[in-house]
Formats: sequence, structure tokens, C-alpha cells
Amino acid sequence: MSSLLIAIVVLPFVVAVVTYVAPVAVSRILTVVSGVLTCGLSLALIPTAAAHTQVTSGSVLRADALSVVFLVATTFLYAATAIFSCGYLRPGSGEAERRYGRRFYAGLNLFCWSMAAVPLVNGLALLWVAIEITTVISVLLVAIDDTDGATEAAWKYVLIASLGLGIALLATIVMYYAGTTVFGSSYDLSYMKLLAGAHHFPPGVVRLAFVLAVLGFGTKMGLVPVHTWLPDAHSEAPTPVSALLSGSLLAVSFYAILRYFQIAVRTLGPVFPRNVLLIFGIASLLLAALYLLSQRDLKRLLAYSSVEHMGILTIGMSFGAPIAIVGVLLHVLAHAAAKGTAFFGAGSVVRKFATKDLSKIRGGIGALPWSGPMLVAAVLALSAMPPFGIFRSEFLIVSGGLSDPRDTVAAVLVILVTISFFGLSWFTTQTMLTPDVAATGGGPLEATRPAKGEVSAWIVVSMALGLVALVILGVHLPSQLSHLLDRAAAELGVPR
Amino acid sequence: MSHVPSTYAGVTDVVAVLVLLTEFAMLRAPFLRSQVRLYQFQSLVVTALAVFVAASRHIDELYVLAALSFALKVVLVPRLVLRLLRDADVDLAGSSVLGVTSMILIAIGVSAFGVLVVGSLRVRSAALPASALAIATAVVLVAFVLIILRADVVSQAIGFFSLENGVSVASLVLAAGLPLVVGVAFLFDLLVAVVVFGVIMRVHHGRAQTLSTSDLDRLKG
Repeated sequence: MSSLLIAIVVLPFVVAVVTYVAPVAVSRILTVVSGVLTCGLSLALIPTAAAHTQVTSGSVLRADALSVVFLVATTFLYAATAIFSCGYLRPGSGEAERRYGRRFYAGLNLFCWSMAAVPLVNGLALLWVAIEITTVISVLLVAIDDTDGATEAAWKYVLIASLGLGIALLATIVMYYAGTTVFGSSYDLSYMKLLAGAHHFPPGVVRLAFVLAVLGFGTKMGLVPVHTWLPDAHSEAPTPVSALLSGSLLAVSFYAILRYFQIAVRTLGPVFPRNVLLIFGIASLLLAALYLLSQRDLKRLLAYSSVEHMGILTIGMSFGAPIAIVGVLLHVLAHAAAKGTAFFGAGSVVRKFATKDLSKIRGGIGALPWSGPMLVAAVLALSAMPPFGIFRSEFLIVSGGLSDPRDTVAAVLVILVTISFFGLSWFTTQTMLTPDVAATGGGPLEATRPAKGEVSAWIVVSMALGLVALVILGVHLPSQLSHLLDRAAAELGVPR
Repeated sequence: MSHVPSTYAGVTDVVAVLVLLTEFAMLRAPFLRSQVRLYQFQSLVVTALAVFVAASRHIDELYVLAALSFALKVVLVPRLVLRLLRDADVDLAGSSVLGVTSMILIAIGVSAFGVLVVGSLRVRSAALPASALAIATAVVLVAFVLIILRADVVSQAIGFFSLENGVSVASLVLAAGLPLVVGVAFLFDLLVAVVVFGVIMRVHHGRAQTLSTSDLDRLKG
């Protein structure tokens, strides 16, 4: 089993190096193979992790049920994005296209490699290092299109995310200090050790470390008020990168917060950590719901939907009930699939209409016979419609919230999610379902109406993959996966 | 506190204050070049603190870390930024949002806030200098002020690097025994971040022909 961990950490890295020198035609196939293989390897970890055991490899790599949940979310999106990229990147023969392709594929594989490493490393210090690596690689990927918008977004991203990670580094050091009171002045920050000693850590220090960690890693997760880089980076990056940023990167940053949460509940009890998460969660959900009502840019719309879902995750964690925590973990998986699919659909639309402006896109379903309806389905999935996975996960979160003494929070959650649903579905209906004749009134859009037909079959395949995964998560959760979620929720729960 | 602080606590506190004062000096530095020099000085002070902690607490691994941090933060990073400045042929810092006096007043306010908040947490032990953590927090907060109020990429990047210096002070005081591998990994990550900052700064300068960030306002809402 430990060789599985090594394979997951080595394979994408090797592929990244190869794709930097190989021709683009080879790289795209290699990336798909690597993505599918890595996803398969992570799925193979599920039975072991679900059966109460941790898998370790040396002192550096370790996987338990919680890590495997995030690993599966990340690697699934790796595979889907690899397939989508084959259709998204236009094959070109010029020197510029070749250079772009080489950089793009090397960056994509490295990015996925670093995100897969985050849940697998053992210890808070390595966790910080891995997340910092995801930042530096994704900054370069955001900037890769070399437009004014991409440069601005990349600068904001690198500055704000680095500041966040500076705070997170401070959190790591303060938590290390908390540990020195139990383990002496020199020890490694491995999870088992910290969790075992956490009952005896000084509470004031752990409180400081937890707040710093939520603020620091929350910056990368897109929690309000430190989310400001997120809509810019998501909208200006190439679409495959947007999908990975939204579905995987935000999730692995949430994973980092959960690791601190695990320690904090052992030292402080559940009330303080939950309240901190609740404040950030409500702020994120509220702001995102309002911004969703006034968007003009298709990819920014989806970016704010990510802020919304990160808010739902944090609020879900603030509910005490185990069923809510299971819901949160399922939500991580379902959000990765749904947001990936939605961004793939947005990529298809942007390619077709050559604009991200929501007021200029009309009649999407007519122009895109396959990816159009699938984009609508993905947006419905994001709005928690059955039979998709997010319906099930939000249902679990809300029912956990209603069993909480503070059940008003659950009511607030439902109201804000409904507002977001309104924003998302309003714009989707307008752009995808309204025929373009009515909307333009004979304006200049008539002339630029795109012909009917798909941009690429690869895009359709990647979206279908995401929707199938969403339906499986929503209709019938495989029993192994269900055990995995239960086990991970138990790891996150308050120990008795 | 009634007891007389030990030499160790005294020296670390003095060094922490020195780092904070350098941070204030950065706020008012009119030339980008002098800002880089101040960062260089600040890094030197942090390196000296590392050597002092290594010697007084007998942690040999810290010498390695001090050497690395000297090579990286005192030599390499300033050189990279200075080269960018030479290529860009800009030296005067762009106008900041507020005047120097207001910036300094705000910085005094936030650093007082930082010191009071951390002080109220009563993070205290026999081995720990009383106020170094509080001052390190103030450094981090003043770095934020610098980044928010200065409107050019070099000041903002230097702001981030000096924030890292503040975190280093906290790390030397709180976590001197941190395994060497971890310390090296942190520094390596900083190096990679510096390179990426450099790349984006060059791209920005190449596109906009200025180091100012005042035109980076297209993306909003």
C-alpha cells in the first residue's frame, strides 16, 4: 500500500518533466494517461483508508481517511482536466504555440502533483511547504496567457496568497511552540504525534495558532474577507486552470484548515474552533450570494459560486453533528466534480462565443448541442438540485444543522443558498436558454452569431465524466466511499 | 514584571525592536533602492539573531540555517530586486496613497495593537523572551501597512519579504528547535516565491512600462 503513495507523488512529477521537453501531441496523451492512472491509484486507497488504518511510507508520506477524501477529489479533477485540455488547447504549429503548449502541460502536471501531495504529506510543516508550492505553480499558470488581465490577476494572486501563507507560516510556528511544552524543544510536526499530545497543549497558544491558520489558509481557500484574489485569478486563468483552482486548490486549502481544526478541538473543545469557522463561513456565503446576483462575466460568476461553496463547507464544519461533517466531506467531492464540469462548459461557451460577457452570450443550447445542456445541468448541480451529489451533501449539512441547538444558522444557510441559486440560475437561463434573436433586437450580435456545433469532443467527454460522477454521488453512494466518509468524519469529530 | 530579564531575553528583544524599526524606516523610504537596502539590513539583523540563538542555546543546526538565510536574504534577493530596478530604470517610489506622517501614525497604531493582543494571550514560559513574539507580530502588521499603502510592485514585494523576516524572528524565538529539514524547506520555498515574484514583476513591467500598481484596477466586482 505504501508504494501506492509513492506512485501518486512520483508519477505526475515525472510526467511534468517529460511534457516540458516532449512535443505537445505527445504531452496531451501523456497527461491524460497520468491523470487517469493517478485517479485510479487514489481510488485504490479507499478500501484501506476506510478500514480504520492509516497508510504510511517512511516518515514523510501518510494517508488516512481524511486525506484520501481530498486526494480523490483532486485526482479526479486532474483526470477530467487532462481530458478537457486536449480539446481546449488549439493544436498549432507555430513556435509560440509550441512554447505555450510545453509550458502549459508542464505547469498543469506540476500543479496537480503539488495538490495531490498536500493531503499525503505527514505533518503541519510539510503541509505548509506543499501548499506554498501549489501557490507558486498556480501563479505562473494564471499569468500564462500574458494579457493585461492575466498579469493583474497574477500579481494580486501572488501577493495576497503569499501574505496569507506568511500568516499560515506563523500559525505553523506557533503550533510548533504549543507542542514544545509537551514534546521538548525539538520534534517533528507529524499528525499522530500532535493529535496524541494535543490534550496537554497550552490553550492560549493553540487558540492563536488556529485563528492564524484559518486566516492564512483561508486566504487560499477564498474565505471572505481574504478572498479578493479569487474571482480575478479564476476568471483570467486559462479555463483548465480555473477548474483546478476552484475544484481542487480551494479544497486542499480547506484540508489544511481541517488539520488545525483536529488539533484545536482536542485542546480547546469544540466551541471555539466552530465559532471561528462559523464567522468566516457566514461572511463568505453572504458576500458570495450578493455578488452572484450582479455578475457580468461568466467565469467570475462561477468563481463567486466557489466562494459560496467554501462558505457552505466552513458553516457545515461549525455544526456539531457528525452527519453534517459527513455532508461536508461529500460536498468536497461533489463540488470538485460540479465546478470542474461547470468550468469546462464555460470554457466551451467562451471558445464558441469568444467572450465571457454574460450580456453577449445568448442561445448557448442552440449553438452547443451537447456541452450547452450539460453546462445547464452542472449549474443545477451547483445549485443543489437532485439527483446530483451536492443535493445529498447539502441535505446532510442542513439536517445536521437543524439538529444543532443553534438551528437558526441552518435557516440562514438555506436562505443564502437560495439567493445564490437565484443568481446562478438567472444568468444561466439567460445565456443558455434564451434564443439570441429576442435578446439582441437586431443589434450587432446578429452578425457574430456562432454556427451550431461542438468545439471539441474531448470537452464533451470531460463534462460527461463529471456529470456521471455527480449522479453516482447523488443517487447511490458506493459503500466503500460511504465508509470512507464516515471514517473521515469520525477522525474530524470531537474525541470522547 | 519584577525580575530582571536575562541577557538572552534582552538581546532577542533588542533585535526584534531593531527589525521593527527597520520596517518603519521602509515605510518612509523615498527611493526604491533604499528600500531594498533596508530589507538587506533587516535580513542581516535576523541572521545575526539566528547566530546568537544558536550560540546561546547550543543549537548547531541553526548555524546552517543562518548561513543559508544570509546567502538568500542578504545577498541573493536584494541583488535580484536591484537588477530589476536597474533594468526598469526607475528609482523614485511612486506616490503612495497617504503621506509619510499618516503612514507612520497608522503603523504605530497597528503595531501597538499587535503588541497588546499578543501580550494579552499570555504566551509565556521560562525559555521564552517576554516580548519578542509580540514585536514580531507588530513587524508582520506593519509589513501589511506597507503593502497596502505603497502603490508599486517593488515596495509590495519587499513588504512580503520583510513580513517573512518578522515570521523568522518569531520562529527563532518560539521554535528554535525546529528540525533543520523543515527550516531549509521553508527557506527553499521562500526562494521559489521570490523567483515567481520576480517573474511577475518583470512581466508587469514589460506590459505596463511602469512599476506602479495604480493602473491594476481593471478587474473588479
